[in-house]
Amino acid sequence: MEEREKLIEIKNLQITFGHGRHKFVAVDDVNFDIYKGETFSLVGESGSGKTTIGRAILRINPTSAGQILLKGKQINGKISKELDREVIRTCQMIFQDPMASLNERAKVDYIISEGLINHHLYKDEKEREDKVQLVLREVGLLPEFASRFPHEFSGGQRQRIGIARALIMEPEFVVADEPISALDVSIRAQVLNLLNRLKKRRGLTYLFIAHDLSVVRFISDRIAVIHKGRIVELAESEELFRHPLHPYTKALLSAIPQPDPEMEKQKKLLVYDPSMHDYSTDKPVWTEILDGHFVYGNQKELEGYRKEIELTDRA
Amino acid sequence: MAKEPILSARDVEIQFSLRGRKLTAIRKCSLDLYEGETLAIVGESGSGKSVFTKSFVGMLDANGSIVGGSIMYNGEDISKYTKEQQWLNIRGKKIAMVMQDPMTSLNPLKKIGKQIQESIELHQGIKGEAAKQKALEMLRKVGISDAERRYNQYPHEFSGGMRQRVVIAIAVACHPQILICDEPTTALDVTIQAQILDLIRHLQQELHMTVIYITHDLGVVANVADRVAVMYAGQIVEYGLVNEIFYNAWHPYTWALLSALPQLGVKGEDLPSIEGTPPNLYTTIVGDAFAPRNKQALAIDFVKEPPFFDVSDTHKAKTWYLDPRAPKIEQPEAVRRLRENMRARG
Repeated sequence: MEEREKLIEIKNLQITFGHGRHKFVAVDDVNFDIYKGETFSLVGESGSGKTTIGRAILRINPTSAGQILLKGKQINGKISKELDREVIRTCQMIFQDPMASLNERAKVDYIISEGLINHHLYKDEKEREDKVQLVLREVGLLPEFASRFPHEFSGGQRQRIGIARALIMEPEFVVADEPISALDVSIRAQVLNLLNRLKKRRGLTYLFIAHDLSVVRFISDRIAVIHKGRIVELAESEELFRHPLHPYTKALLSAIPQPDPEMEKQKKLLVYDPSMHDYSTDKPVWTEILDGHFVYGNQKELEGYRKEIELTDRA
Repeated sequence: MAKEPILSARDVEIQFSLRGRKLTAIRKCSLDLYEGETLAIVGESGSGKSVFTKSFVGMLDANGSIVGGSIMYNGEDISKYTKEQQWLNIRGKKIAMVMQDPMTSLNPLKKIGKQIQESIELHQGIKGEAAKQKALEMLRKVGISDAERRYNQYPHEFSGGMRQRVVIAIAVACHPQILICDEPTTALDVTIQAQILDLIRHLQQELHMTVIYITHDLGVVANVADRVAVMYAGQIVEYGLVNEIFYNAWHPYTWALLSALPQLGVKGEDLPSIEGTPPNLYTTIVGDAFAPRNKQALAIDFVKEPPFFDVSDTHKAKTWYLDPRAPKIEQPEAVRRLRENMRARG
């Protein structure tokens, strides 16, 4: 895996809000890389800091310590104006709620091309219009929708507009912040398919932020589980489902309702209690326990995890 | 099922008038509810699942009305109620409702305890200190620790999951016979969702309630339901015991819902998705409402509305596929193999 190109590298990232007495550490000591062309998912409950990390990469939230690198160049903290513009162009975001993320008073045409206008990324009016038409078609909407207002569209269509708005900048990296959780069941599949198709066609890299592990499994290459601002486990998606090790990952997995009544009715719900860890003397470390499978734990816990892996593999 | 239903809706039609036009949200919908069961109503947004159940408690918006059919409850046709006074005997007292978003269903200016107490005082005729004790008891019952302190707090001091517990406490404070839960967990995290579902289940057993769940999450349905009704475009199109709906569904819309589950997706392949949009409810729908979105629709689907056909004594589906004259149609692979596929995933 060493040969794969790292698009994003995050090193010892810390993000805090407030000052002095009101200081709150939202994200602490987070490390991960995102390889070019993969879908990397961050999963955790609300308030765990997953969106904060996504926003920090896009320079929306300032960081207080650590580094974020885009193609080897540091992009957090003070950077040059040119680099700032490059980050905005290459990194785009798809938002959670399509009902709230579109300007109600602007036409679709303007909403989609706002980024182009701000960055003067077109030669003449004709080129801009062509770009809008092209991207509308690409996300499965009709070119004539450009002259309409957002309120004329359904939730699924609005999310497509949100995707088009991000795509027109020809980004390499897209942060998708719970892009389907506000959508209806029947629409979810359509939007997931669209995201997958775009990834293949344009060679995009995604950071997918979600709270539902079951949706994430289908679309991601690798998954990181985050709890209270700290990543507790990271692995390739099938590996994570084969050997969930950290108790929080297990609790999350057990909480997802599965569409199978017989299985659901026998299910036992696991509850994660952070006080179960005794980190007073034996300090926890971020360890690669299997190839590409990282977990946060102290020596005693790691020992237990290794035994667990052995047991599941034997069965 | 030989038991008598405790609530029985027959051919209910509900219309809304919007800017001078008539929208038929519920089109001749029938439903029986049996004592002690948990019924889940599934469907996409706009299918009418919320409107239908709101009509059981007289909570339709001012521009909507029941224009046909009957809803029998306790020997009375409650669909004919006209006065608010009549509804006050039912709503909250006999049939209570838990709304989707706990952020908006509580009064932000009123203490939590008072809001529970209010419901008790209004419906049970207990006043003052006795009502307060009752409210505290309810807080404890829904799993809120330190009830005395919590009693004097405001909604903004509670997390989403805790607020939903409070909403549930208000709903069950008067021991209703029927509890309607309208997407009770959609606004919550998965881990909290599981706890709330558990709580409702415990309260149901303890207080002998009948519960109606409205949801679009088939995972939640599998977890809680005894019976399932699938709604599409203002009608129930299929209903049956939970296992019958998940392992042996027959309506093409139920098939589409089950096959589009991301849990069953294969990496690198497209998920089967439902193309098109639900029908326009301003116009009269001819034939099977789902036919335009169904790739395997029969010719008759566009002409004549199908009746309910029996799959078993408890399981009925409104599709021509089950007519003896229909060509042989097989359930899609994803539906037939749902059980195996889910097990394989562990």
